[in-house]
Amino acid sequence: MTSLGYHQGVLEVKQFLRSREQVVFTLAFPAIMIVVFGSIFTGDIGAGVGFTQYFVTGMIGTGLMTAGFQALAIQIPAERDRGVLKRFLGTPMPKWVYFGGKVLMVGFIAVLETVILLTVATLFFGLDLPSSGAKWLTFLWVSALGITACTLCGVAFSSVARTGRSAPAVVTPVALILQFISGVFFVFTSLPGWMQTVAGLFPLKWLCQGLRSVFLPESFGAQEPGGSFDLPRVAIVLGVWCVLALVLCLMTFKWTTKRDG
Amino acid sequence: MESAIRVRGLRKTYDGAVAVDGVDLDVAPGEIFALLGPNGAGKTTTVEILEGYRKRDSGEVSVLGVDPAVANGGRGTGVLQEAQRWRNRVGIVLQGTGEFDELTVGEVVRHFARFYPGPDDPVSVIERVGLKDKAKARTHTLSGGQKRRLDVALGIIGRPEVLFLDEPTTGFDPEARREFWQLIRDLQTGGTTIVLTTHYLEEAEALADRVGVIARGRLIAVDPPATLGHRESAQATVSWRTAEGVLKSTRTATPTQVVNELAGEYGGEVPALTVARPTLEDVYLEMIGDVA
Repeated sequence: MTSLGYHQGVLEVKQFLRSREQVVFTLAFPAIMIVVFGSIFTGDIGAGVGFTQYFVTGMIGTGLMTAGFQALAIQIPAERDRGVLKRFLGTPMPKWVYFGGKVLMVGFIAVLETVILLTVATLFFGLDLPSSGAKWLTFLWVSALGITACTLCGVAFSSVARTGRSAPAVVTPVALILQFISGVFFVFTSLPGWMQTVAGLFPLKWLCQGLRSVFLPESFGAQEPGGSFDLPRVAIVLGVWCVLALVLCLMTFKWTTKRDG
Repeated sequence: MESAIRVRGLRKTYDGAVAVDGVDLDVAPGEIFALLGPNGAGKTTTVEILEGYRKRDSGEVSVLGVDPAVANGGRGTGVLQEAQRWRNRVGIVLQGTGEFDELTVGEVVRHFARFYPGPDDPVSVIERVGLKDKAKARTHTLSGGQKRRLDVALGIIGRPEVLFLDEPTTGFDPEARREFWQLIRDLQTGGTTIVLTTHYLEEAEALADRVGVIARGRLIAVDPPATLGHRESAQATVSWRTAEGVLKSTRTATPTQVVNELAGEYGGEVPALTVARPTLEDVYLEMIGDVA
């Protein structure tokens, strides 16, 4: 049974790898962003810590959100429109297999793009990788929880766009605004208070905060809005988003378009 | 013998507009049944209810002894398993379903084979639908007709007992259509029950054991193609060329007698003689014209 999910994942990854533009833009995007930001902000964020060290967390977060949320919220409506979902629905394939395939694809892309990003940032922009096993462990669970929340949100959001063609127009602004208010492009605490409050409702801010605890020195926690990196709260908020999005998925996911009944 | 498909009093409305209005239908095991009707007559709605895609408002439906509604939003213990067992036995070829652009024909067919407990051999299925040369081609490189054959391959890979085909040969050239008809006949020989919708009357005539004509949500006739609308006993048209070289024709209930008389008159061969009954298209157009 589980092998079906695996094969579905292999199929998804194959489809992804064979569409060349998609591969280049998706996998290289976070790395290109760090090249842009690393080249503009060459100075220190303070205490001898380079800007790269801060921005890389935003780029990892953005990359995970793009791979999970944006990609699925655009791709699923397109597949629904083209009747791919309807075709699967007409077979004995268990429904989870479709989502299992998407999860494997998202995981594959997320790992690959993060590795590329970290490699570029380390080689060319002086990024210091986490120094302790504990930090790597934090990196791992924060990323895993973050990508899970993003993936589930992407599946849930896939029911918002009514047609495959309108999906990018519906999804892109949401992703873009979240990036601006969640401290991806600016130092989060330099944003207006109300904006920080709004961002605090969404997962991206917490994902980035969790990642900052990995890539910034311990002492920087004091500069966070809450006075610390507050990892327990990162876990709780991301966890709540996972549950919320999962419930939404189960309640609202559509296999056919309105036109199909 | 129990029907493969049994429908009684099927009704479906969309926002108050009646799409299917009391359809009764039986399809025997191993039969090829063609559903004809103008666009918007309720063909697709009826078939999609049988396929488990749509919910009905009322009526009884049974496909292979199972209510297709189990496959549509059914909940509760055992329902999912029942739906899956039923899906194992039903093949569906929809209109314009999505392709997997970047995958090859072989990859897609092999993948779908995994969904079924006793699938057919992907290589043989690809060959039977005439895509052997395209097995390694990405699906986005296929022509419209070739994509349709891939659809059919995916519909039959699970060795279905009932196969639904929604306008399967739209966009085929005449040769491809004839090959496709042979494929369908072969499936019938193998025991598959086939329900197809089509706009091509010659397709219904060539393939179907029985034809159902649906108009305004009602099944207005169900007959073998040869006797639909009493074609076989309808007035025939006898035409011939007179000695003056003028084409002449007459409508008659007794064409044999007319031909006999003509033969006597000409003392042998009658020039340019034809005897024609109404075509399936004639009776079909008359039928849906009556309703509209």
